[in-house]
Amino acid sequence: MARAVSTRRKWFFTILAWSVAFVIFFPILWTVLTSFKSEGDAILIPPKFLFFDWTTENYGIVQERSDYFKFAMNSVVLALGSTFLALLIAIPSAWGMAFAPGRKTKDLLMWMLSTKMMPPVGALIPIYLIFRDFGLLDSRGGIITVLMLLNLPIIIWMLYTYFKEIPAEILEASRMDGATVWKELVYVLTPMAVPGIASTVLLNVILAWNEAFWTLALTTKDAAPLTQFIASYSSPEGLFWAKLSAASTMAIAPILVLGWFAQKQLVRGLTFGAVK
Amino acid sequence: MATQQSRQLGRLAVAPSVVALFLWMIVPLAMTIWFSLLRYNLLDPNYACSLLTPGQLFDEANRCFAGTSNYYYFLTDPAFFKAMANSLILVGWVLLISVVGGTLLALLLDQAIMGRNIVRLMVIAPFFVMPTVSALVWKNMMMHPVQGFLAWITKSLGLGAIDWFAHYPMTAIVIMVAWQWLPFATLILLTALQSFDEEQKEAAQMDGTPPLSFFWYMIVPHLARPVTVVVLIETIFLLNVFAEIYVSGSGGRAGNLPFLVYQYGLISNDIGGASAGGLIAVVLANIVAFFLMRMIGKNLEG
Repeated sequence: MARAVSTRRKWFFTILAWSVAFVIFFPILWTVLTSFKSEGDAILIPPKFLFFDWTTENYGIVQERSDYFKFAMNSVVLALGSTFLALLIAIPSAWGMAFAPGRKTKDLLMWMLSTKMMPPVGALIPIYLIFRDFGLLDSRGGIITVLMLLNLPIIIWMLYTYFKEIPAEILEASRMDGATVWKELVYVLTPMAVPGIASTVLLNVILAWNEAFWTLALTTKDAAPLTQFIASYSSPEGLFWAKLSAASTMAIAPILVLGWFAQKQLVRGLTFGAVK
Repeated sequence: MATQQSRQLGRLAVAPSVVALFLWMIVPLAMTIWFSLLRYNLLDPNYACSLLTPGQLFDEANRCFAGTSNYYYFLTDPAFFKAMANSLILVGWVLLISVVGGTLLALLLDQAIMGRNIVRLMVIAPFFVMPTVSALVWKNMMMHPVQGFLAWITKSLGLGAIDWFAHYPMTAIVIMVAWQWLPFATLILLTALQSFDEEQKEAAQMDGTPPLSFFWYMIVPHLARPVTVVVLIETIFLLNVFAEIYVSGSGGRAGNLPFLVYQYGLISNDIGGASAGGLIAVVLANIVAFFLMRMIGKNLEG
């Protein structure tokens, strides 16, 4: 009896959950489906769901017309570049705060987080003018620096929480064996922290990839990543839905896959360790 | 056991990031404050006041210094009230939708359902969609008044087509942004729910606790903290929503505070006014940040 009830209950919740999930996921699914339609089918009412002439020509046309790979390359360079640049100064910092904390370490961590709370519009005008005067507008180096600074607090914070979980005794043991601090950092700590560093990289690549305030304001063509590439489709003459869908699918697919892998890190990173 | 030497090294190691973040915070802020006091328009044919030496500046004080008039102008601009209202509407509605919806969804996904992992992936997906894509997909394929998918549904239901962005631009933006942030709330709350003690759950079931009072007395207190975290973090991001409004071209009627500052600065070239607006945005964000920092700070102690 109880079993019958729980089976029915299970079915009820399963169907409910799948329906809700389908509705939430639908815009993405619809975009992917539309990207395989001809332009005529794409705007057809009533819409065709699966039984249309499947074609991949949109992807070719999008690449040809607006050079997808150039923008994708910029997205990759900006996301990886800013993340690795940030790691370079964040790893020593997180190490210092986790293993040689001073009295002010906690205040320092909190202060670093507080820089993340600054609304970008507060800095937009000066950064824009500085970039203009130094010829940094639409340059990869400039936008990498901004993205690096933007994500630095989250990177330090995440690394700090991961480093904290490494037992300090191991470091002491290596120190007893005569390892210098540099060796300790490179040969002992870093290998142990690889999973944490990998998670940090993953989350920050996602954040940098989707960053759409600074990339829209500071790039136009040469350093423009995929956010700008898609924005260029908002002009009326760019509104061919099948092509827009193909472009959108190509812009979100890589990060969607990464994001699905990074769910746990996302919770940890974006709540600054408040929810694990 | 940190020795004196390692503590010094630690300080040295922390220095580069402290310097970088300090500059990143203080230089733009100082410049924004400075600009906000100047009459500074990029289209002004006169030599820009921000480039003058102190002596020249003193001579040209009348031309250059705006005093508080940039603030006055910005704060009394009807567009400012509109933008503030839009900012608050956006933050308020998206918070409501994502906290209530997120709690319900998290409770649903926490049940023993078949294919839970796939359902979870589908629910979380919108959070990873870049804002510019979500703006164009919603504006065109979903909400287009003639060929959009929602128009087809409402017409089939006999409600007639709705031109979302023309008639209800704010509603359209709220739906779009909530679609991106509901998954985030769900993910956080689900993570919190899964850390709930299984034994307590079983004990309550054996005692025959009614589901509603179990929810009210056990689940709600357990979720109070993650909900607070969600509210604070989403508020910070939602106050800064920009791309969705910019790319969907609804800045005229649904523009929020960041959009207005952008408009002042990079479209009207009024650097002084934009800086004053930017500072107002900073003050607002700091009020929220204050509470968030206290929350996280407490967590750090415990």
